[in-house]
Amino acid sequence: MAIGETIRNSQIWKSIFRHPMPLDRRNRIVVMLTNFFLHLHPVSIKKQGIALSFTWCMGGVTFFLFLVETVTGVLLMFYYRPTLEWAYNDILALRDVTSLGILRELHRWGAHAMVITTWLHMYRVFLTGSYKPPREFNWVIGVILLLLTLLLSFTGYLLPWDQLAIWAITVGSNMARATPFLGYEGPGQQLLTVGGIDMITDASDARFGLLGARFVGEETLNRFYVLHCIAIPLAVALLLAIHFWRVRKDGGISGPL
Amino acid sequence: MHSNGFFLQDVAGFLGGYYSCIAIMNGIAALILWRKKGQLGWAMVWTALAIAMMVLASLALSASPGMVPALPASVRSLVNRLSGPMLYTLGTFALLTVLFVFRSFFVKPMVAWGILNAMLVLMGLSMADENFAAIVMKPDNVPIVGLVFLLAFFTWLATKQAVVNDDRIARGLPTVEKENDEKVLVWPDLVYTELICMVAVMAFLLVWAIFLPAPLEEPASSVKTPNPSKAPWYFLGLQEMLVYFDPWYAGVVLPSLVVFGLMAMPYLDFNKNGNGYYSIEERKFSYLTYQFGFFVLWITLIILGTFLRGPNWNFFGPFEYWTPYKVEVLNNVDLPQMFWVNLLDQPLPKAPAGASGLVQAGYVLLREAPGLLVMGAYLLLLPPLLAVTIFRGFFAKLGFVRYMVMANLMLLMLTLPIKMILRWTLNLKYIISIPEISLNF
Repeated sequence: MAIGETIRNSQIWKSIFRHPMPLDRRNRIVVMLTNFFLHLHPVSIKKQGIALSFTWCMGGVTFFLFLVETVTGVLLMFYYRPTLEWAYNDILALRDVTSLGILRELHRWGAHAMVITTWLHMYRVFLTGSYKPPREFNWVIGVILLLLTLLLSFTGYLLPWDQLAIWAITVGSNMARATPFLGYEGPGQQLLTVGGIDMITDASDARFGLLGARFVGEETLNRFYVLHCIAIPLAVALLLAIHFWRVRKDGGISGPL
Repeated sequence: MHSNGFFLQDVAGFLGGYYSCIAIMNGIAALILWRKKGQLGWAMVWTALAIAMMVLASLALSASPGMVPALPASVRSLVNRLSGPMLYTLGTFALLTVLFVFRSFFVKPMVAWGILNAMLVLMGLSMADENFAAIVMKPDNVPIVGLVFLLAFFTWLATKQAVVNDDRIARGLPTVEKENDEKVLVWPDLVYTELICMVAVMAFLLVWAIFLPAPLEEPASSVKTPNPSKAPWYFLGLQEMLVYFDPWYAGVVLPSLVVFGLMAMPYLDFNKNGNGYYSIEERKFSYLTYQFGFFVLWITLIILGTFLRGPNWNFFGPFEYWTPYKVEVLNNVDLPQMFWVNLLDQPLPKAPAGASGLVQAGYVLLREAPGLLVMGAYLLLLPPLLAVTIFRGFFAKLGFVRYMVMANLMLLMLTLPIKMILRWTLNLKYIISIPEISLNF
């Protein structure tokens, strides 16, 4: 123990950790207040509120999976180029050549798991009535996060650029062309004309905005890549921060009033 | 059946391990029960099951036809013949209703454990069928199998606690959650749980990633359309709705309403009870609404769209080969056709040639009058009618605006099951069909 003691008393250690080892009651409180990564938590908590049979830990698992997706996603970005020339070949190489190709499996299965854990988290929050006052707005943020999780998964689905990818995105995005008024096959789009010229065509409707083209092509790949790697994760990160902050501010972990 | 002759050898190893896992699971359960007092009977039952599973495992490992445990061919073809969208949807609904009504029986640990075993064995027996295995073992479909078991487990876990709480509330006792209001320090009680969860999830994900390669099909080709073309699995419930509605409603309006409805939920549910603990009796209306939407209109439709919809989006039984040549009779009729032609025996109202736009619009309105009146009554007359009858209490508590939002969301949600039933019984295609402005409903 002498070496451990020396390390813990060194100037370097003390400069990193602003608290002593959390071995006694006082320091277990101090650690929660002074550690950046732990300060999201309260110091003490209702015992039944953290019982696994009550919370299922699904919100936490979803957040953890988001972190796994971020780390594996960043690493995959080193290998993958979102162009018609390379996209499929890069995924092929990840499968057959690259030594850490399992990153793709982790990323894909992690994404599926994240969709499921999001649903389960929402299911638990509903069943315990935890969306009721004062947590109404946090539920609303949660619904937006659910939507963004599905969109993250959907935009990522295109990137391998195989048959599975483009046809799933084609089927999904074809819905947009039936948007009322704004899709060129949608009800009421005939009414949006200026001087007899159709405003809503297959090159100006909602689906065109989503795909960047009339069909799923290179523009779509680029668009979905940027949405998948930058835009949606940033939005999710911001909303997650608010989601967690509101959990604390709205009375902490759910429990009987 | 398009057997390549090697199928049983391919699944034998998996099935051997699968039945062994069920055996181990039951062995552990028996051991735990044996060490408790007064549970010897159940310990014997699960031990016997474990032994039976070991026998199944060794039979499966033989990989020879006739030895690998499977459902009899006659049962499989009967299931195929009987199953269809109507029986599947109504059957699931009936099953969920039975589970709900007799929930205090089904949540008993031994009953639930028996059901879990039955589900697992049925799954194993089905996996010995080549057509079933081909769909279920598709890499992207594996998560849905996991989802089914996870949902069953967590629904059991929640219902068990709700049954206990409802019983306590009825006897005037505080809920279990209220009773244990002791506080603990987050370090170590919570942070260690979080750490263990993280390690467990990571380990699970690694095992999954090692044993199941991510799918990668042929390079994308915009001229070779696969049949069936399916959206990612979590959107297949929406794709299934396309059978009953046009894309503008099934693909745009309904999903938007789902998101809006979920967001509106905390502002519409005025019931102050059931906040922070499991309970069903105290909030039956919101509970049943959510479960109906989640299980009947979302999860079962996803399972239907994934496992039972094959080429040309035709329905296939769970053990049926997905042939692209299956022909289904489509004899669906629009409501105007039913009303004007079939009922009144006269042609559809049609504007005379060269009529002005206004006259043409008038004729369209006349032609669609039956559908417009039905929908108008459904969306405009029903809410006030309900407000003075069965929703009287709701209307008083919610006020006009919130009540109208709630009533309309409920009615729009119910358009899906109503349209399904009309399709199955009357072959109704569209209630309103105005192709002039691409509006079909």
